[in-house]
Amino acid sequence: MPSNAPLGQKAPMHHALFFHGETLHLRPSGALYWPARRTLAVSDLHLGKSERIARKGGTLLPPYETQATLEKLDRDLEVTGADTVICLGDSFDDLAAAEGIAESARLWLIRLIAGKDWTWITGNHDPGPIDIGGNHRAELSLPPFTFRHIAEPGEKAEISGHYHPKARLSGQSRPCFLADASRLILPAFGVYTGGLRAHDPALTTLMAKDALAILTGHKSLVIPMPH
Amino acid sequence: MVTLPPALSDWFTAKGWSLHPHQLDMLARAADPATLLIAPTGGGKTLAGFLPTLSELNTNPPPGLHTLYISPLKALTADIRRNLGHPIEGAGLKIRVEDRTGDTSYTQRRRQRADPPHILLTTPESLALLLSYEDAPRIFAGLQRVIVDEIHALAESKRGDQLTLQLARLQSLNPQLRRIGLSATVENPPALARFLAPQTTILQADPGPDPDISMLDTEAPPPWSGGGGRYAIPAILNEINRHRTTLIFHNTRAQAELFFHDLWLQNTDDLPIGIHHGSLSREQRERVEAAMTVGALRAVVCTGSLDLGIDWGDVDLVIQVGAPKNVKRLVQRIGRANHRYNAPSKALLVPANRFEVVECQAALDAVRAHTLDGEPRGPGPRDVLCQHILATACAGPFDAGELFTEIVTSGPYATLTKAEFDACLDFVATGGYALKAYDRWQRLKLTNGKWHLRDPRAAALIRQNLGTIIDTETLKVRLRGHATPLGEIEESFAATLTPGDTFLIGGQIVRYETLREMTVEVSKSPGRDPKVAVFNGTKFATSTLLTDRILQIFQQVSWPDLPVHTAWWLAKQREVSRLPDPASLLLESFPHDNREHLVVYGFAGRNAQQTLGLLLTKQMESQGLAPLGFVATDYATLIWGLDPVTDPAPLFDLETLRDGLETWLSGNAVMKRTFRDTALISGLIERSHQGRRKSGRQATFSSDILYDTLRRYDPDHLLLQITREEALRGLIDFSRIEHLLSRIGTNIDLRRLPGVTPLAAPLFFEPGRIPVQGEGRDRLASAQAQALMEAAGLT
Repeated sequence: MPSNAPLGQKAPMHHALFFHGETLHLRPSGALYWPARRTLAVSDLHLGKSERIARKGGTLLPPYETQATLEKLDRDLEVTGADTVICLGDSFDDLAAAEGIAESARLWLIRLIAGKDWTWITGNHDPGPIDIGGNHRAELSLPPFTFRHIAEPGEKAEISGHYHPKARLSGQSRPCFLADASRLILPAFGVYTGGLRAHDPALTTLMAKDALAILTGHKSLVIPMPH
Repeated sequence: MVTLPPALSDWFTAKGWSLHPHQLDMLARAADPATLLIAPTGGGKTLAGFLPTLSELNTNPPPGLHTLYISPLKALTADIRRNLGHPIEGAGLKIRVEDRTGDTSYTQRRRQRADPPHILLTTPESLALLLSYEDAPRIFAGLQRVIVDEIHALAESKRGDQLTLQLARLQSLNPQLRRIGLSATVENPPALARFLAPQTTILQADPGPDPDISMLDTEAPPPWSGGGGRYAIPAILNEINRHRTTLIFHNTRAQAELFFHDLWLQNTDDLPIGIHHGSLSREQRERVEAAMTVGALRAVVCTGSLDLGIDWGDVDLVIQVGAPKNVKRLVQRIGRANHRYNAPSKALLVPANRFEVVECQAALDAVRAHTLDGEPRGPGPRDVLCQHILATACAGPFDAGELFTEIVTSGPYATLTKAEFDACLDFVATGGYALKAYDRWQRLKLTNGKWHLRDPRAAALIRQNLGTIIDTETLKVRLRGHATPLGEIEESFAATLTPGDTFLIGGQIVRYETLREMTVEVSKSPGRDPKVAVFNGTKFATSTLLTDRILQIFQQVSWPDLPVHTAWWLAKQREVSRLPDPASLLLESFPHDNREHLVVYGFAGRNAQQTLGLLLTKQMESQGLAPLGFVATDYATLIWGLDPVTDPAPLFDLETLRDGLETWLSGNAVMKRTFRDTALISGLIERSHQGRRKSGRQATFSSDILYDTLRRYDPDHLLLQITREEALRGLIDFSRIEHLLSRIGTNIDLRRLPGVTPLAAPLFFEPGRIPVQGEGRDRLASAQAQALMEAAGLT
């Protein structure tokens, strides 16, 4: 489950991953920080999810997930001091959700984007450009890495999202990063997101046998990826 | 007085049947707006309920729905259809009887809506669905009677609360509607009568002779602690041999499984014995039921799954293993033996441990004194009301004032205020959030003074989510290479299994192999001890009536009624320390095994004693007494730690306990679980359907996230209020802590003793010890992660 710790609490510990010659910080929040390039990457924010569900005639969920997710993101930006941000797709639950976003949330996002090199990567939920500032890309190359929404078989040094991986430890299921020699998959950063168990064939066929799962939560924890 | 159609009375005469007095009384009262019939099992209760209907319909009734029969069990509706068929066909009456449950085919259900039978047999859930259709007024036009069977069982759950709202709806559609409730013995008939309808006549049938009930004599005394009663298996086998058919009730499914396994190993005579509980597959349960019906079984090991319903006929002995916890349920269980009116039922109690001997004695005394326990249920839960409002909107636009007027005619909601109703309506319509976010996408809209669904297409999904029964997520268990499942286990239990683990299901030990889709694959594993058998058998707390009686037994000078071993044990306690009494709270403090121990003999029932353990250790922690853990039973909480308690009074201050409760409650797992149920019932979240779970992958997320979000951003939200109310009523049971404190006043008797006392000793063997931890959880997880990495050679 994403950390809901109150603001102002001492920042919990990240896991440092050495990946294609670079050191990456896998943060307990589910964000990835690349100190050498002062770059923060997050995936699957699913902003506006409760609005979309209501619009489709579903239930009226507590309409606070956009606020909660932005608080998390704001805090990661503040703690890391990142000046480059990559959102790895499915940032909005759909394009109408991006347009229908509350004015307060929109202003908040604009404030976060201001002065930063901000890239929205296209996801399956938000396939078009979003009228909210930042660059829009299908994928982004920042050598040695390629950032995209959905992992592609056979790729090297690839960083992606999409699957919302999660794994279980001590009877508790938590969102997790998955990492092997050639790819890194980020957990969903959005507060209202479910997960796909890491031992699902969709993930076990994608990742190498010796892959690791890095669990989010209060503190990043590393375990062998469950098969 | 209404009389039977001649064809029917002729048929009764030809069969040599004569009606019981209470059956005739039902005919005499046919014109009353509501009647509650309380009769023992085997008294022809169901027929009594239908007699007014049969006489009104007579030989050749016009088409249209006349009587609605509602039962808590699907199986019961099929049974009743068969039983009712005999007199109707025998007497040549042209009456159509059909059942309608979740198992009824789609075409059949469609046809029933277009052309309803004279008598429709259904469940509260199927009725909720029927009432949510736009053509409900047409379907129920002309409905004359509604019969609620096993109403005592329904009245104890949210299913019953929902049903009373539906009855109010039916009454609005048909003001002339008459209601009949059929009940087993209950402690408070007027309360049940009010539950059925505002003006209800109570009809008490002759209760029949007192049951023949006693404690089972065994050669070996029961063990000091633990459950299951396996020590008594030889004596129980002997009883099975001496009777035609025996039902052996257990309090939990896990205990039933363990007992059945051992019973089978000692069953040298190869008596045909079956097992029946809610975690077994339907096929397996139906096989046991069929074998019972033809008399092919000598005994069935079972749980509450056999508390209601099907008439087994030939059962001549009921054995209750483990303390009954609740006298009313015991009496109803005993009624399962000997379904012939006017013959005494025979029952044996088997205490599972030494303390339960006293509890069984208390239960025997209560049964003989005809006292029954039961806590008043409190006002109708508001999550059920929210669902009802949503379902009402599915049927068509409604006026809020009219709906409120209708709802307060229902017994459980009689005290509902307009403000409470409005808050529920607001939740259903807008979500009821402090942040107004859904102006454009409200679920209900107000047009020309009437509330209606904003998007009528939503009705289909809402209908799929009707009902108040919350299923725990379960996985099917299947033997490798076999098609038929053995049963089901909870997902949370399955998640703890690793390949090679063994567990008991359906009386056999199986080995966990793999998890495939939604099925747990296992192989047979003969002759090994099972690792675990965990099912969510409800842990009932012992009722206040029983704990009060136990305290009274303790006050006796000697105990001639108790077995010698137990009387000796109590005398020993009196010698070493003293026995607890109703007017004070006994605390024992003693060192043992390098730890300080405190025993709190609160007699408040398991749930409240557990809550007390959590609250007390929290305070001891803040006082620097370094508590390390605790364990709770129905009568005491044992706390261990590094320092002794010397000044107990501040620990038991009601206000301090209440404050502690507030802080502790919010982050608690019990609250999250309760929230999930409330969110499902009130319509905030939808049930996850198996098919969708398989393909939906990332789509669903845990209700815990919603709980945390609401707590943080909208702490006064209606659903959090309901969750709190529910948790306090249920698993936390704070009311019994309050009851305890008012019972003892300031009389706290702390005894410092040199070592473990006789009454405290069994607590040391009690399972379910709860460690007290500050930040231990993270450390534990870190250590485990480290171990996994090392095992994988990755460090």
